Amino acid sequence: MERIDIGGIAVETEIVGTGPPLLFLHGGDYVAQNRACLDRLARRFRVVAPRHPGFGATPRPAWFRTVHDIAYLYLDLLDRLDLNDATLVGHSFGGWVALEMAVRSQARLGRLVLIDSLGIKTGGREERDIADIYALPAEEVLRRSFVDPAGAVPDYAVLGDAELLAIARDREATALYGWKPYMHDPALVHWLHRITCPALVLWGDQDGIAAPAYGERLAAALPGASFERVAGAAHYPQIEQPDAVAAAIEAFAQEKRP
Amino acid sequence: MTANGMQAKGMKVWHFSEMAYHPAWEHLGDSYRVTIPSRLFDPKIGADLYHRYLDEWALCDELGINIMTNEHHATATCADSVCTIPMAILARETKKVRLLALGMPIGNRNDPIRVAEEYSMIDVISRGRLDMGFVKGVPFEISPANTNPADLTERFWEAHDLILKAMTSHDGPFNWEGTHFQYRSVNVWPRPYQQPHPPVWTPVGSAGSASEAAARGITIGVLNTGWARTPAIFEAYRSKARDVGREPRLDKLAYMALIGVGRTREEGWRRADQILDYSRTSGNVAPQFASPPGYVPAAGAAQMLKGGGAMAARATRVQTKDGHPINPRTMTVEQAIDAGLSFAGTPDDVWDQLKAFYDHVGGFGHLLMMGQGGHISHEDTVDNLTMFSKEVLPRLAELG
Repeated sequence: MERIDIGGIAVETEIVGTGPPLLFLHGGDYVAQNRACLDRLARRFRVVAPRHPGFGATPRPAWFRTVHDIAYLYLDLLDRLDLNDATLVGHSFGGWVALEMAVRSQARLGRLVLIDSLGIKTGGREERDIADIYALPAEEVLRRSFVDPAGAVPDYAVLGDAELLAIARDREATALYGWKPYMHDPALVHWLHRITCPALVLWGDQDGIAAPAYGERLAAALPGASFERVAGAAHYPQIEQPDAVAAAIEAFAQEKRP
Repeated sequence: MTANGMQAKGMKVWHFSEMAYHPAWEHLGDSYRVTIPSRLFDPKIGADLYHRYLDEWALCDELGINIMTNEHHATATCADSVCTIPMAILARETKKVRLLALGMPIGNRNDPIRVAEEYSMIDVISRGRLDMGFVKGVPFEISPANTNPADLTERFWEAHDLILKAMTSHDGPFNWEGTHFQYRSVNVWPRPYQQPHPPVWTPVGSAGSASEAAARGITIGVLNTGWARTPAIFEAYRSKARDVGREPRLDKLAYMALIGVGRTREEGWRRADQILDYSRTSGNVAPQFASPPGYVPAAGAAQMLKGGGAMAARATRVQTKDGHPINPRTMTVEQAIDAGLSFAGTPDDVWDQLKAFYDHVGGFGHLLMMGQGGHISHEDTVDNLTMFSKEVLPRLAELG
């Protein structure tokens, strides 16, 4: 694990594999469980996977409070590592960050992959686009998140202190950035037209946190996007179906540009 | 003078009721909070209950017992959802006793200036009898307010600083462009009656929070911590107060107990048993609301994760004198007395239990008396408060 200093923040960053650059932005929870998918991607890409400020062991300065801050930080990271024509992959909360980056600058981006991404609101004020994970019973959140929760969720009783602390920080930071407005930026949907690079929207076909219909609306708002369902997965397809997700990303990266 | 050198001029007593809407309880299951439908609140019964609770507080003016309110939201355990509303009524209905709102959840309210205005008006109308509490709020207050749990503490302290500055600035507007609150013209009317401002209180439940309050000279109210957990909290307060050069006075420390007094031990215990329904119900909440992320610092949250979650952590909060956990939902009067949560029985019993607790924790200057709770009737509440005032209160002068 490397520490890359960006603007005074020592960002915990994993860099694995060789090949064209791929920046992977994790979601709010189960960050360690992305391992299998990242390892598979590392066979074809140079995978750069930072832990967002406030998450894991990455510090968060007091002034650094919004998803916009994370977006600018990673635009700086692309500059710092001099990544060009990068494939930007964001999952869930990390998909929101990816969208915020892409509406600001696609100068170093070749392609965008969104996996069960959050970040926009399309429904009315009394409709809930994204399930309220803070108000639902824990068992229901798990049922909505995973087709097979038992196969994905770690046994917290046997995890080490450092790992538990990292998870607690992940959850705290997700709340900090995403509590209100809940997991979205009200204006973001109106700027998605700026994202003109090819985009692939991947969605667990049983996602109960943000339904596939939400993903279809997101894909429809992105000028160059296609939408694909991932069978046998809910909100975390890269955890439940790592090979299928990695294969879809690899195929997308090899497609000829329109 | 107590062993720890703290001075006091006799203990003050405050009558506290949560204005429970207990008629709904029989319709509720495992959770009395957050998501329960308000169709279970009958406004006609509710009106009777509000007037009854206000009458009991008004009686305190004659009994020499001070008054304490609090607030909770979306719950049948506490129908007082705005702590300053009963205080506004009592500011005029009473003439002598002090009025403690413990208090205002300033990290959950969007407008600290409005809080300063409410408190200032009550202080002026009551001619300087307000004690003002600022509370962080229990975790299940987060959902009704939809405030961010991850930065609650820093929002709380910014609101606290802004409210005090607003109440003590008398030369026209000032500017406040903080992290959480922005105003370009803070100018609160009226200014408070008490100068520089009414006494500030906060409830705490840990040594760390007590220490934070001590550094700022804030009076702490300690609730539901009992025989096992209270000494360390009070000691942290005294120790920090000394560190920062403040005299650790007894009147900076308050302890809440559920109190049932009767002519016989049986009568006192029966009253305490009914009041104890507060303790048996107030923690009934769906687990997902018991510890929103960030409410507890990450290190504590990590340990909770390991230990099976927030509900498991809550289950060990009430303990017997020898450190065994008591299930708050089924707690008996005998267990509550053993745990130091309740003082009950004859006036002599209550005095003996209170004095033993007082000595055990190193003394305190305020007794927050829950003299009403659960299903206890109006007649019993009046008799409970009256007997306490006549038979126990005079003896408290010697504490300190």
